[in-house]
Amino acid sequence: MQTKRTVFGNCVLPYLLLLPQLAVTMVFFIWPAGQAVWQSFLQQDPFGLRTSFVWFRNYERLFHDPNYLNALGVTVVFSISVAVLSLGLGLILAVAVDRLVKTRLYSALIVWPYAVAPAVGGVLWWFMANPTIGVVPYLLRLVGYDWNHALSPTDAMIFVVVASSWKQISYNFLFFVAGLQAIPGSLREAAAIDGAGPVKRFFTITVPLLSPTSFFLLVVNTVYALFDTFPVIDATTKGNPQQSTTTLVYKVYQDGFIALDLGSSAAQSVILMLIVVLLTVVQFRWVERRVQY
Amino acid sequence: MVENRPWLNALSHLVLITGVVVVAFPVYLAVIASTRGPNDFYSGLVPLLPGPHALENYSAMFGAGLSTSGAPPLGLMMTNSLIMALSIALGKIAISILSAFAIVYFRFRFRLVAFWIIFITLMLPVEVRILPTFKVVADLGMLNSYAGLSIPLIASATATFLFRQFFLTVPDELMEAARVDGAGPMKFFRDILLPLSRTNIAALFVILFIYGWNQYLWPLMITTDTGYYTVVMGIKRLVAVADAIPQWNYVMAAVVLAMLPPVVVVVAMQRLFVRGLVETEK
Repeated sequence: MQTKRTVFGNCVLPYLLLLPQLAVTMVFFIWPAGQAVWQSFLQQDPFGLRTSFVWFRNYERLFHDPNYLNALGVTVVFSISVAVLSLGLGLILAVAVDRLVKTRLYSALIVWPYAVAPAVGGVLWWFMANPTIGVVPYLLRLVGYDWNHALSPTDAMIFVVVASSWKQISYNFLFFVAGLQAIPGSLREAAAIDGAGPVKRFFTITVPLLSPTSFFLLVVNTVYALFDTFPVIDATTKGNPQQSTTTLVYKVYQDGFIALDLGSSAAQSVILMLIVVLLTVVQFRWVERRVQY
Repeated sequence: MVENRPWLNALSHLVLITGVVVVAFPVYLAVIASTRGPNDFYSGLVPLLPGPHALENYSAMFGAGLSTSGAPPLGLMMTNSLIMALSIALGKIAISILSAFAIVYFRFRFRLVAFWIIFITLMLPVEVRILPTFKVVADLGMLNSYAGLSIPLIASATATFLFRQFFLTVPDELMEAARVDGAGPMKFFRDILLPLSRTNIAALFVILFIYGWNQYLWPLMITTDTGYYTVVMGIKRLVAVADAIPQWNYVMAAVVLAMLPPVVVVVAMQRLFVRGLVETEK
């Protein structure tokens, strides 16, 4: 690992400097994670009197549990929709900004929702989509669609996707603008001289050169959709109706914190940890080995 | 710009204006709702123009809260949020700058191990280890306390990386000169490294303040005493009641107050914010 040419010679000080960080990490990160792994191999009897070691039975049970498989499906649909929607809108806005010259005001007006908490964003859209008085159901009634996210699983899913994507647009926008500005103007000019129109230039020059940014954002958005959207769901639909918006993270919370099924919740936590580790590794591999032309 | 195409420019403006409107509309509605009286929310469409009740809604929420929802006054919750956000941001910066200093400027046994232990925190969001972490905090007697709200969230791999990256770009000559002049490590840290890191610290502070203020699941788990509620998690209780009794004017006043501080921080320090965001993700 990289270091300085010369270093300070002191054998106690570096440990003291690292102590606070390591202490917090050990007590609140590593130890609980270890507990989760250990817990996931145990099963308590219904009265909490006896705990037995059951190997992988908790995991086995999970993968035969229709509710868990449902949550898995919900999570996949939800994450992909959030990523596609927020990346798509972010890209469109970034391309529009990149075309124009004076854009400070536009950027400022698009960027600020990043600061809004996911829970607050959820509530804002909850108000917009309120079946009795909301704006969205009102407009949809005009075209003959009867919106009700309290009853219809499809409506509920659309609702959480939109509410979760809303604040992520500004984040993607910022990174796409940076990515677009890094593309040398000479490339586009050369293509224009060769007779390529704006649409053709977009697909043959902008899209390939933007692929590293897009890939990075894809991973970040997936992580966001998997974990950071918990507040949106908890503050609004609470996983209903018919568990149509119960994601994996929400299920860990429900089973562990509300239903107190410790073994199952721990097993779910471990699966989630594996997913995060996988995503982080993928992210680092690809960021290191950027796609280059 | 490559060539002049007026219709494309017009289209770009159109796209951006639509984008700005779509992004801002939910917030506009919230502000409007917070200025109306309670009778505007029973039927029909939500009001789209401001009403005369802004002052009473805000002062009611700020000073008294809503007893029907069991939510304390917003003044109290916002103070709690502020304490939590500031302790998390400052704590994260303090412990990460120290550990980055140790990792870059010293050679010692277990350096790589320490680096990896810190790195792992990146991979373990609160959401995936809810129950065991709660148990640890409960065993330490930190439920319903400011320490419990902030300390467990204080470890930060990203901030440590950021400072490590930055320290590696600081010229070696500075440190050699300091050593020749007889400065010890802590003096070098205080008088040279810290002033050089000022911009990085500020940029990081903006991002971490928003992160701390917007915490939801953590305060939800470890506070049962309403005296320690933070504003972002407190809103959940208001909404649960608002579905039954339409008191959206109060709920939206709370929502506006809850998002005001971080939004003000971002708008006022836009440049630092963008820098912090881009740097922490590198």
